[in-house]
Amino acid sequence: MIPVNFAYCRPGTPEEAVQAYEGYEKAGKKTWYYGGGSEIISMARVGSITPEAVVDLKEIPACCELKEEGGHINMGGALSLRAIADSQCFPLLGKAVGRIADHTNQCRITLGGNLCGTIIYREAVLPLLLAEAQVSLQGPSGVRRLPLQEVFDGRMQLLPGEFILKVHVPKRYASMPYFHVKKAPTEKIDYPAVSLAAIIEKGRLRIAFAGICTYPFRSKEMEEALNDTGMTIEQRLNKAVELLPEEPADDAHCSRGYRQLLFENMVGQALMELSKASEAGAGA
Amino acid sequence: MMEYNEERCVIELQVNGLARQVMVRPADILLDVLRQELGLTGAKPGCKNGDCGACTVIMDGWPVKSCLVLAVEAVGHQIMTVEGLGASGGKTSSKSSSAGTSAGSSSGNADSGTGNGSGNGNGADSGYIDPVQAAFVQANAFQCGYCTSGFLMVCHALANQKPDAEEYEIESWLESNLCRCTSYQEVRQAVDIMLGRS
Repeated sequence: MIPVNFAYCRPGTPEEAVQAYEGYEKAGKKTWYYGGGSEIISMARVGSITPEAVVDLKEIPACCELKEEGGHINMGGALSLRAIADSQCFPLLGKAVGRIADHTNQCRITLGGNLCGTIIYREAVLPLLLAEAQVSLQGPSGVRRLPLQEVFDGRMQLLPGEFILKVHVPKRYASMPYFHVKKAPTEKIDYPAVSLAAIIEKGRLRIAFAGICTYPFRSKEMEEALNDTGMTIEQRLNKAVELLPEEPADDAHCSRGYRQLLFENMVGQALMELSKASEAGAGA
Repeated sequence: MMEYNEERCVIELQVNGLARQVMVRPADILLDVLRQELGLTGAKPGCKNGDCGACTVIMDGWPVKSCLVLAVEAVGHQIMTVEGLGASGGKTSSKSSSAGTSAGSSSGNADSGTGNGSGNGNGADSGYIDPVQAAFVQANAFQCGYCTSGFLMVCHALANQKPDAEEYEIESWLESNLCRCTSYQEVRQAVDIMLGRS
């Protein structure tokens, strides 16, 4: 049982959603946009959050869209992870979201919900960062479309009243060779100790991580080092560790040392994939 | 726009093919409403955190953990609980020749698994054994039975949505549910029976 009361509304258009959000806020209610609801319900149940109103985005047609247009794959923010994985529209993204929670939960968790989540992993962002995705954000001033990396600084930097209307992935990235691996400390279905997603573009590795630090990231400096064939594999691995944006996370879920060990092994695997792809002439 | 701003509101849910009116708080979760307001106790409270799958029901043909769904979210959607297995539109698509019609099996605790015929508005024919239930009986796919209704719901949705599911898909769907008695092997066999592969 959720021990607080809140108002609920289910708008049919993005404009209605913003209007409802603003109306609740104006009335002094702490308001949350609501996607699949798993995080809001589980956190409200234990009292970590106390929403006073929620605006459910799942029945806004634009938020549930999945189509190709103008060289982009457009994905609505309220699409379920299952729908994305089943569509095979972007195989690396399908693989990454197919390892978030479990299948039944993937039927509920939305793309926008995962990107905006408070849990530190937010693994759906990794393929999107690699693919130079853009996001359309709906807010009180209308829609603004901009590169995801401009509004993702460890977590989504949304303006008050904004939500993710759509994510746009350049189609060419969907067919590039990719590599994805997620290691959890115990069970297959668990938060990751380290999660890695990589794309090989023209013989170069693009790489992003979740779990190793307290936020997901893509580091272009690290990519430079990993793609530097003037260094040995060992030197590149050492450099990658040096270039981590912060010390590996160290918590009850997984120790710092174990995370670092996994990180080194997984990056090593990614480099092997890169070398295999180069030998096979893939990604040219 | 659908709005529920009051502390308590009356909503209409479509459960097991029947329209049911209930008074809820917008913050009430579907699991509690099904059990406490509608008396449909087949969906079980386990972790109530989306981990165990004991509370799984079907929403518009797909499995959902009813502890992570607000009752108000279910308005306008078709809900099926284990009690509705076999009701109109609630039959499991099966390729098994032995499943789907037999009645009177000693298939255990109606409250925790077989569900049908309990007389609380489930809509199922009394005595009907759904193919997924028959497969579970045949494979002895339960011990204490607490997780059974959740597994039945997942398997029902799997059979209807992905009748030609590949091995990795079956594994992925079943991973959503926990069985403390560790009947996983038997549940897996039941899926093979249900899909006509055994």
